[in-house]
Amino acid sequence: MNETTAATQHPPARPRPRVAVVKFASCDGCQLSILNMEDDLLALGEALDIAYFPEASSNMQPGPYDITFVEGSITCPEDLSRVLDLRQQTTTLITIGACATSGGIQALRNWGDVEAFKRTVYPSHEYIHSLSTSTPISEHVKVDYELWGCPIDKSQLLRVLTDLLRGITPSIPAHSVCLDCKRQGHVCVLVAKGLSCLGPVTRTGCGAICPAMGRECYGCFGPAEQDSVIPGVPPNTGSLAKQFHEHLQLIPLEMVRRFRGINGSVQPFRRESDAWDPR
Amino acid sequence: MNDFLTNPDQSRTIKIDMMARVEGEGALHITVQDGQVRDVELRIFEPPRFFEAFLQGRHVTEVPDIVARICGICPVAYQMSAVHAMEQIFAVEMPQSLRDLRRLLYCGEWIESHVLHIYMLQGPDFLGFDSGLEMARSHPDLVKRGLRMKKAGNDLLTLLGGRSVHPVSVKIGGFSQVPARNALHGLRDEFLWARDAAAETLRWVSGFEFQDPEQAYTFLALRGPSEYPMNEGDVVTNRGHRIAASEFEHHFHEEQVPYSNALHCTLNGQSYLTGPLARLALNHDQLSLLAKEVLQSTGLVFPFNRASMGIVARSVEVLYAFDEALRLIDQYERPPAPDVPVTLRAGTGMAATEAPRGLLYHRYEVKADGTIRLAKIVPPTSQNQRRMEDDLRNLLPGILHLTDQETAMKCEALIRSYDPCISCATHFLTLTKENLPPAMS
Repeated sequence: MNETTAATQHPPARPRPRVAVVKFASCDGCQLSILNMEDDLLALGEALDIAYFPEASSNMQPGPYDITFVEGSITCPEDLSRVLDLRQQTTTLITIGACATSGGIQALRNWGDVEAFKRTVYPSHEYIHSLSTSTPISEHVKVDYELWGCPIDKSQLLRVLTDLLRGITPSIPAHSVCLDCKRQGHVCVLVAKGLSCLGPVTRTGCGAICPAMGRECYGCFGPAEQDSVIPGVPPNTGSLAKQFHEHLQLIPLEMVRRFRGINGSVQPFRRESDAWDPR
Repeated sequence: MNDFLTNPDQSRTIKIDMMARVEGEGALHITVQDGQVRDVELRIFEPPRFFEAFLQGRHVTEVPDIVARICGICPVAYQMSAVHAMEQIFAVEMPQSLRDLRRLLYCGEWIESHVLHIYMLQGPDFLGFDSGLEMARSHPDLVKRGLRMKKAGNDLLTLLGGRSVHPVSVKIGGFSQVPARNALHGLRDEFLWARDAAAETLRWVSGFEFQDPEQAYTFLALRGPSEYPMNEGDVVTNRGHRIAASEFEHHFHEEQVPYSNALHCTLNGQSYLTGPLARLALNHDQLSLLAKEVLQSTGLVFPFNRASMGIVARSVEVLYAFDEALRLIDQYERPPAPDVPVTLRAGTGMAATEAPRGLLYHRYEVKADGTIRLAKIVPPTSQNQRRMEDDLRNLLPGILHLTDQETAMKCEALIRSYDPCISCATHFLTLTKENLPPAMS
């Protein structure tokens, strides 16, 4: 018998949506987050027609798809054309994770010399076909929903899926993780321990795990919107950076590294790191 | 579809658009001439992500968070190899209690990664299914057992690391926080269930048919004085090598081949096998009593010289990992501090640990201010790549009479049995099989 879970309590009246999970340059961690939904995975398999998910199934059916989850960023010429085709094949396109949503950690190349990187890693760099940038999916095609995080939070993913199954427009929270940290009652690691915590400017979703584990947030869910009631108002990275600089004595190079991390290439983290970059 | 049997003189191309149930993207190109396999090229075209390059100039304290992102399936292995290499530079003495906790974290990763592979990736091949989800329709209890075991591993990772993918607590010198005794003991009942389920899993997989040809493997794994290897030990082989991790690069060489984005690592120019089969071959005497007993009860006899038997080795290791985790949980007393002090200094450090799919080597050169001057990382799939090609070369002559589709499926199953993590090194397997006309005389 089916498990009674959120995904199956209200069976969809429409036919099961055809779902694809597609990968570009990434570590596979967000796809794994789907497979890690152990309690709900079999129910999801019933509620959805998983038409294309190579990481999990050899049965790969052609599009079009109702929902496509995209992991990974665009880093090579072949993937540029692949993403355009993918957009034409799908009704609702959802990026999963930092790579697909912001360019990810591999976007650190955007500040470097990729030809020099090739020479560092490969003896014969002329064989390697790679773009000089790592860019998010939204830079190339229209994206319907973005799930942030490195990796994504599986309960957030489940919420979006069940909303879509019920025909509800998903709402993905965008406030600062700092608020959730306070709600959970953790001692503030910025104030009490003097750690350069990015929590005040980082988007919620992880469950405030870093402060809960006694360390500072490193921004893996990307920049928060300062007030999710007014979408698009950026977090005040300038003020936080000033705190780091004046009260925690971080030098400019440390400030650059702090903001130039997992989601370093996305505004306003990019603007903040560039502002402190002496180059 | 063109077929070699019906059109022996015609050159043909078989394409599998996507290698399924592996992590990352790769292709296979096989050339057949005069009925003989001429070239076998495993092409990994997962786009390069240049981790080694952009580690340069970062601070050592950032490394555990950065290298975790090389692989979502085995982030702990990357974190462990990295912190061990750094701690070598800074001459950190790790207290036994923190060392044990790292071993426990590693148990969690082996369980999560191996169980995923057994139940969702390789297992369906033996029962003739395209996926674990499809297998669940006719074998629901079986797949539920696997998912519950995997969850146990993930729960352990989450407790110790904050989350199972890219855990956040690992740092040079120990952890940012260590769990309370009660919290860890809270896992005990589920782990007792899971240990029994792991024994059942081992009995289940030992009944599979392993049809790929036996190989003359050079097995390579870590070996320590007393424990089944995870975080520590010398690099040993069944050919008599014993090499300290610090000497790794004197014996192993990475070569680039024009058709792949992953480097080939060889031992004195030869292929070798790393991963669960190799660990088991070289260290089965160090298994727990329970793991030894259940393995013996299956009636399987060493050596395991077939790639497909990786699923057996993985199941043994899952059973061992649950058993070992229970031992570590039972003896756990919360360490007085989550970490030990670290004093930065310039130097070079090397370390190897046993990622679920094989040996993972890291080397770092660090400046006095703690910034990275150079990083070198040799992942397991890069080491196994040449061996996969050698296995395919041995497999192919026996299956060339099959249809294109059957040949491709058997090649893919063999590669999948390695649990290759191509992201660490792409999801495109395009099998191109060329049958060249006979050579002009």
